[in-house]
Amino acid sequence: MSSLYTEIIQDAYRRPAHRGTIDHPTHSHQDENPLCGDMLRVQLRVENERVVEAKFDGAGCAISQAAAELLLERIQDQPLSVIRRLDKDDVLEELGMPTISPARLKCALLSLGVLRGALRES
Amino acid sequence: MLPAHGANAAHVTVLQQYSGLAACMPIGDTRGKATRKKGPMSIQLHSPLLDVGALRRDFPILQRTMQGKPLVYLDNAATSQKPRAVLDALDTYYSHSNANVHRGVYELAEEATAAYEAARAKVAAFIGASTQETIFTKNASEAINLVAYAWGRRNVRAGDVVVLTHLEHHSNLVPWQILAAETGAELAFIGLRPDGSLDLGTLDRQLESGRVKLVASTYISNVLGTITPVAEIVHRAHHHGALVLIDAAQAVPHIPVDVRSLDMDFMAFTGHKMLGPMGVGVLYGRRSVLEEMPPFLGGGEMIRHVDYGGSTWNDLPWKFEAGTPSVGDVVGLGAAVDYLQAVGMDAIAEHDKALGRYAVERLQGIDGLHIFGPEERGAVVAFAIDGMHSHDVASLLDESGIAVRAGHHCAQPLHELLGVPATTRASFYLYNDETEVDQLVEGLGTAMRIFGV
Ligand SMILES: Cc1ncc(COP(=O)(O)O)c(C=O)c1O
Repeated sequence: MSSLYTEIIQDAYRRPAHRGTIDHPTHSHQDENPLCGDMLRVQLRVENERVVEAKFDGAGCAISQAAAELLLERIQDQPLSVIRRLDKDDVLEELGMPTISPARLKCALLSLGVLRGALRES
Repeated sequence: MLPAHGANAAHVTVLQQYSGLAACMPIGDTRGKATRKKGPMSIQLHSPLLDVGALRRDFPILQRTMQGKPLVYLDNAATSQKPRAVLDALDTYYSHSNANVHRGVYELAEEATAAYEAARAKVAAFIGASTQETIFTKNASEAINLVAYAWGRRNVRAGDVVVLTHLEHHSNLVPWQILAAETGAELAFIGLRPDGSLDLGTLDRQLESGRVKLVASTYISNVLGTITPVAEIVHRAHHHGALVLIDAAQAVPHIPVDVRSLDMDFMAFTGHKMLGPMGVGVLYGRRSVLEEMPPFLGGGEMIRHVDYGGSTWNDLPWKFEAGTPSVGDVVGLGAAVDYLQAVGMDAIAEHDKALGRYAVERLQGIDGLHIFGPEERGAVVAFAIDGMHSHDVASLLDESGIAVRAGHHCAQPLHELLGVPATTRASFYLYNDETEVDQLVEGLGTAMRIFGV
């Protein structure tokens, strides 16, 4: 068994509940992983300062895609005030990994950066 | 003698169109799962060309492990490892001869200067150039920038054209984009054939416009492994009065290169990919062209006389070497050249090519794996696996102790052309052997099992 590709990551990567697009998002943002040029887009529907729907799409490695899935699962139904405080450690906690190599950290944190962009851009 | 290929050599990898993975599938092969199919028998194991086992003992780093496994280093297109002889040369230089060059009158400074200039003589002889035409820079990128700034600003005007290829590393693309933006010149590209080779017919049409000032091409692509027809490019460009710059960063380490017989005007390469230390690169320039060029960077050493009103320039090659050079690294590069010559560039070239061919044959046996690039290639194999991102492939190989590169390898536009965001790249050198290719194939099998593809 691989130490990086744990069951948590493989599950999130293979069976994402949050992959897709939202017809009328209140927030949308996309960005590129500077390591590989992969694009990731995050779309949100926010009602009364609370995320009622969150989707991501784009291509990417298992780490970036799993992180996006797990992050969006975490913010589902959460108030924006809580979401704005999420940081790197929260993402790694979701991935079930206390540490990750610096190169792969960029992949893991891509969705957090895009999510922050979406919240800024509304 | 090289192993015979016979009918098996018909494994041609074709990019049938410029986008879409499906178009890049190897043709004419019966493909089975990596785990089921063992190596083809058409190539005998263990290159008769080099005593790889003996060579490996010269490279201390190859004795280490990675992730607890013996290191299988297949990222030579990014940088090569260094033999003991190069490490010793650095140590000896700093332990015994270190002083600033070209200035001191004391014995130590003369020794340092002599070591620096002796290394220049070795590098110059290695590529068939004179010492005046052999300029030390910090890497290939700086060598190309030197030409773009010093030659380009003086000779390229609005409406002029610089012709490149689609294969270029960012190092031989971005400096020309900057020059074009500054001057109003245009960039044009030699067409790429479906198999990853150059379509020189497009070069002819561009040259016939009469506006082409420079053709800047890679010699060996760091992604596709394409070996470009340098002599032919030079011939056609010169016929129309254009100069030629060759990015030989992937060529000089792997094949014998002679600037005179190829008749090129500029050639850039980098020491760290040819067993030398990081921190030194080389620009070859034709003397008559260098003499007409203004300096690149101003500072110490590149001047003849300075007063507050102005300066005059030093002779070649020092005119283009402003400031204190990386003397120890240059000395180390000299030792690397000695090492390469002792092994023999012809043998290295044959070994690397044979290994590249063996890797292509083995990788073609993996279902769902697609190789990019022409059949005739350097020691570089880039590939993509259906359903797996290249970073995941490389991370899983890392867990098996195998170092390969994932991403766009500083050639993002080429990957857009190939229709993939990224590829996984294995690249070989004199200390690699077939066993390591087999380990790569095995590692890929494991990775694909974990991903269920
Ligand atoms: C074809 C090619 N050109 C240029 C370079 C740049 O070399 P350096 O980074 O040493 O300047 C490389 C290596 O990365 C290369 O593969």
